[in-house]
Amino acid sequence: MRILALDSSGLVASVAIVAREGKEAVTVAEYTINYKKTHSQTLLPMLDEIVKMTELDLNEIDGIAVAAGPGSFTGLRIGSATAKGLGLALGKPLIHVPTLEGLACNLWGTDRVICPILDARRGQVYAGIYEFDGDDLKIIEEQMAIDIGELGERLKSLGRPVIFLGDGVPVHRDALTESIMAGYDIAFAPANMNRQRAASVGSLAIRYYQAGRIETAARHKPDYLRVSQAERERAEKESAVKKRAAYRKDNLQ
Amino acid sequence: MDEKKDILILAIESSCDETAASVVRNGREVLSNIISSQIALHTLYGGVVPEIASRKHIEKINQVIEAALSEAGVTLGEIDAVGVTYGPGLVGALLVGVAEAKAIAYAAGKPLIGVHHIEGHIAANYIEHKDLEPPFFCLVVSGGHTHLVRVKDYGQFEIIGRTRDDAAGEAFDKVARAIGLGYPGGPKIERVSREGNPEAVVFPRAHVGDAPYDFSFSGVKSAVLNYINGCRMKGEEWNQADVAASFQKAVTDVLVENAMRAVQEFGVKKFAIAGGVASNSTLRRAMKEACDREGIDFYYPSPVYCTDNAAMIGAAAYYEYLNGTRHGWDLNAVPNLRLGER
Repeated sequence: MRILALDSSGLVASVAIVAREGKEAVTVAEYTINYKKTHSQTLLPMLDEIVKMTELDLNEIDGIAVAAGPGSFTGLRIGSATAKGLGLALGKPLIHVPTLEGLACNLWGTDRVICPILDARRGQVYAGIYEFDGDDLKIIEEQMAIDIGELGERLKSLGRPVIFLGDGVPVHRDALTESIMAGYDIAFAPANMNRQRAASVGSLAIRYYQAGRIETAARHKPDYLRVSQAERERAEKESAVKKRAAYRKDNLQ
Repeated sequence: MDEKKDILILAIESSCDETAASVVRNGREVLSNIISSQIALHTLYGGVVPEIASRKHIEKINQVIEAALSEAGVTLGEIDAVGVTYGPGLVGALLVGVAEAKAIAYAAGKPLIGVHHIEGHIAANYIEHKDLEPPFFCLVVSGGHTHLVRVKDYGQFEIIGRTRDDAAGEAFDKVARAIGLGYPGGPKIERVSREGNPEAVVFPRAHVGDAPYDFSFSGVKSAVLNYINGCRMKGEEWNQADVAASFQKAVTDVLVENAMRAVQEFGVKKFAIAGGVASNSTLRRAMKEACDREGIDFYYPSPVYCTDNAAMIGAAAYYEYLNGTRHGWDLNAVPNLRLGER
């Protein structure tokens, strides 16, 4: 089987073809760039390059995997819309891979607890906590938007060595080393595996595909882990109005 | 030309708050026109919220495209090219349609044609007026645009006049909010205006001194706000329908006046209107009367082709297709794309 995988959730744009025959899975092609051009300009030309180089007939792929969040809202939508368009035209299913699970698979086989972090601004990171149990990625904490200090507390309570990766590392590395995780055994992934890679998304997707975790292109949508600012502000306003009304009711009777 | 086979365009539009797809034959015949509107959702916020619009587009886009193909009774394989709006508009919203269209065109092995949203609005006139051909003049009036355009040929435009501040439709939205009608302003103002007296309040008709074809609508909007505030200060009642009708009349007068000045100056024989505000019946009537007085032909699309839709993008894409326009797989959304640029 062959999976086309896309990841445009962060600054990196990455496209890969991952194939599996019997027990053997290999990356047929992977094209990853971390450059200032927008994903809208890079993602499809990168796929085109891979298709030409590997003489790939897109009709022969079994599914399209996409890193489907969290991440940059716009980046996620470029990846998802590309996957949905390909799925529609090719009549192929999509495989929704949570971005942080895909990232964790960069460190397949480590004994450490894996903690991918993406900068989520407003003092938060998108993070998940994972480990490998033999060949299987196990979720200790599902991906979430969380305060970096709170994330540190959860990691420390596990009492195990941790390895961090993701674009949240340059933002929080000093704080993690010097205060949040000071005195704990922590490490940071090196350049060849510290950012999103579509080959990781694809290799995890093969497992999801075999487990039946697929969806139609029409139903697919990104999982942002956050509502929009307008929705958040509206909910805050409504809850403030409700609180005021409740206060009046309690105090003015 | 006669021996040529039919050209089928699959068109996609997602520049603002409508997710739309259409199949158009030979630029003039609409085989399907599917529109998923988000108006009800944005009404909660008093206007379009870009992030929410983008999220809704990605949830609906495949269903809308699949419905357009199935209603037209064609397969993707029978399509000759994929057309998509790539600007101007909300960048996040545009990107959904652009990424989707590129992926479909790429995987299906079809040419990709990026279309300017305003070019689409103008081309909406071709759908129901089979005889209409350039050259003609077109007034494009919507929530985001107020352009007086000289259509020299298919795909060749010159902007003669534009708004200096608010678009006409934007002024409708702002005034509707101020007088308690809410979003979307255009249809709501039109409805209550039927009960009002358009001569009740005299609002200013703004002219831009050095540019006879340019528009300005922020003045009339402020005048409405000042009028209402003045009434409130004095404790006087004001009539919502009268204010709406008078405002609508002021905007219509300026649109018609500038349009007819251009008609006379350039010796125009054919005049068209397009865009969401072009569905306003007061504007249509006034423009029709003015064109009749000048003895020139007047064209306007049905309301469904005035507001955002993909059939108009398919019509425009067809003529771009004939002109040889083809975009690469690196096509990007261009939120401030200028008409006639590519």
